[in-house]
Amino acid sequence: MIHLLTDGVSRRALKLLAGLCLALIAAPLAASDYLITVLILVLYFAYVGQAWNIMMGFAGQLSLGHALYVGLGAYAAAALYVHFGVGPWLGLWVAMASAAAVGAVIGFLAFRFGVGGVYFAILTIAFAEFARIGFDHWSWLGGSAGLFLPVANYAHNDLLTLRGGPTMFYYVMLTMTGAAFVVCHALLRSRIGYYWLAIRESPDAAQALGIDIFRCKMVAVVVSAAMTSLGGVLFAFYYNNLFPEQIFHISRSIELILGPIIGGIGTLVGPIVGAFLLTALAETLSEILRWAGIDLPGIKQVFYGFCLLGVVMFLPDGVWPPLGRWLGLAREEGER
Amino acid sequence: MPAEIYLNVAVSGLLTGLVYGLMALGLSVIFGVVRVVNFAHGEMMTIAMYLAVALFSAYKLDPLVMLVPIAAVLFALGYVMQRGLINPFINRPEHSQFMLLVAVALIMVNALLIAFGPDARGVQTSYAFASFALGPLIVDANKAYAALAAVAVAGGLFAFFRYTLLGKAIRACADNYAGALVVGLDVKQLYALTFAIGSACVGACGAMMVLLVDVTPPLGPTYTLLAFVIVITGGLGSMAGALLGGVLIGVTEAMGGLLFTPSAKSMFTFAILVVVLLFRPQGLLGKRLT
Repeated sequence: MIHLLTDGVSRRALKLLAGLCLALIAAPLAASDYLITVLILVLYFAYVGQAWNIMMGFAGQLSLGHALYVGLGAYAAAALYVHFGVGPWLGLWVAMASAAAVGAVIGFLAFRFGVGGVYFAILTIAFAEFARIGFDHWSWLGGSAGLFLPVANYAHNDLLTLRGGPTMFYYVMLTMTGAAFVVCHALLRSRIGYYWLAIRESPDAAQALGIDIFRCKMVAVVVSAAMTSLGGVLFAFYYNNLFPEQIFHISRSIELILGPIIGGIGTLVGPIVGAFLLTALAETLSEILRWAGIDLPGIKQVFYGFCLLGVVMFLPDGVWPPLGRWLGLAREEGER
Repeated sequence: MPAEIYLNVAVSGLLTGLVYGLMALGLSVIFGVVRVVNFAHGEMMTIAMYLAVALFSAYKLDPLVMLVPIAAVLFALGYVMQRGLINPFINRPEHSQFMLLVAVALIMVNALLIAFGPDARGVQTSYAFASFALGPLIVDANKAYAALAAVAVAGGLFAFFRYTLLGKAIRACADNYAGALVVGLDVKQLYALTFAIGSACVGACGAMMVLLVDVTPPLGPTYTLLAFVIVITGGLGSMAGALLGGVLIGVTEAMGGLLFTPSAKSMFTFAILVVVLLFRPQGLLGKRLT
């Protein structure tokens, strides 16, 4: 098992990776509560970015509606907990199943009729918006007034019902991000991973070689949707409140894809690097603004916009490929 | 409910739909020629709407009179955007162009938010509450004027592409890129002009739209999406399709708002999109996908 993961990765990269893991595991010992909450955010974006990357980075299908799967996962697990007392560890299966089912419907509609590229992206946004308005009017789930989870005593960590303090969520999120990295690594080295890369580079050539591109794209959207919904489950139990207007909003979908784009689409490390960079920059900006006494809603998004603009214009492959070369690490397979 | 209500709502939806159609027309023209999807389309419209609101509140200038200068400003904006930002991306992959415009859209929405704040802004024209009675029909004057203006602009655009030399040159670029280069057309310049024309369309549309709705920054992404849905419904690259799609979506929204609840009206828009993609993926008036 282990050698499958380490094959083809340089010793230097392994050492660096191990160092990073240790640092992240040990972080709560030294970090303040504020830093922990920031790190949770970083790991959350790294996780959902990794999940999105399966579709865009591996299979080449641009989804701009991933907030849909986050929201579905969050609402499925939260509704089961609030209405039936079903814990998150059972609820997450329902969350994954419902997100995967919706992903399959969208994929079927799009791929069956050759809706690709930008039209596929529009379709994904349309579904997310549809869900946003639908959930706004679904009173069983709180509607536009929101769905709230009972807030537990933060002094007490209960892993079974995911009620507890930031440190617990930090470790859960860290485990998920690590697992997502390993799963994506394994996917890239699997048969379907190579099929995805072939489809990304040239769908026509892939089809001519006998690859069932419809099936492969369907697998990509289903896997990505299910993985993303897990992020939503954690989101629900961490924040304890859900509003359709926020969780399904298109700005959430865009926020989610910034990490992998800035880090490097199609790379395994890209989403993680991107999430770290972006959150660190955004937090620094918030600090500077707070220090300067400026309170402008939207300034953070303008900053995100310029970051995205700069990366798309000057680093079309993202930050990681040049950074990785500079660090002397082997180029990953599947990298653009 | 008496039958007149349905008729009235349908007519009101039709008039709004014509304005929507003009907005989608701008997107369709840009896509049809430059082959770049303008993801900042709705955001550019909100810029035009804020221009109209600002001119009205400062100098009491009627938005319909200001339609031409606002369209000119957006024309310039579109020209500069295509020349400075988008042109280097013409041969980049589709998703790369898309991200570029997502970034532009993100900056526009939030710059408007910083400049004008989150509150809804509108105009109160002298004819805001006027209406015409045509038998059982009561037509809102605002909507009637806006729709008339939209039809006039769309008609002008049709004529431009059909009868002027420049319009023909632009169509030549769309039909055959290499051929246009061979006969010595300045394709880059024509692309920039096309983007500018599409932007002017949406600018004119913004000036009309302030008569119908109040403007807030988040309207931008909503209208971008609406424009896409209309263009896909009507058929890509078909100018008549954009207008037809606009009317269809306008009437659907109005009827959906009447029969269910107004806040859920865009759900019907998306339902139409899904149905069209299922049964006629090339759109109502589009050419068959190859």
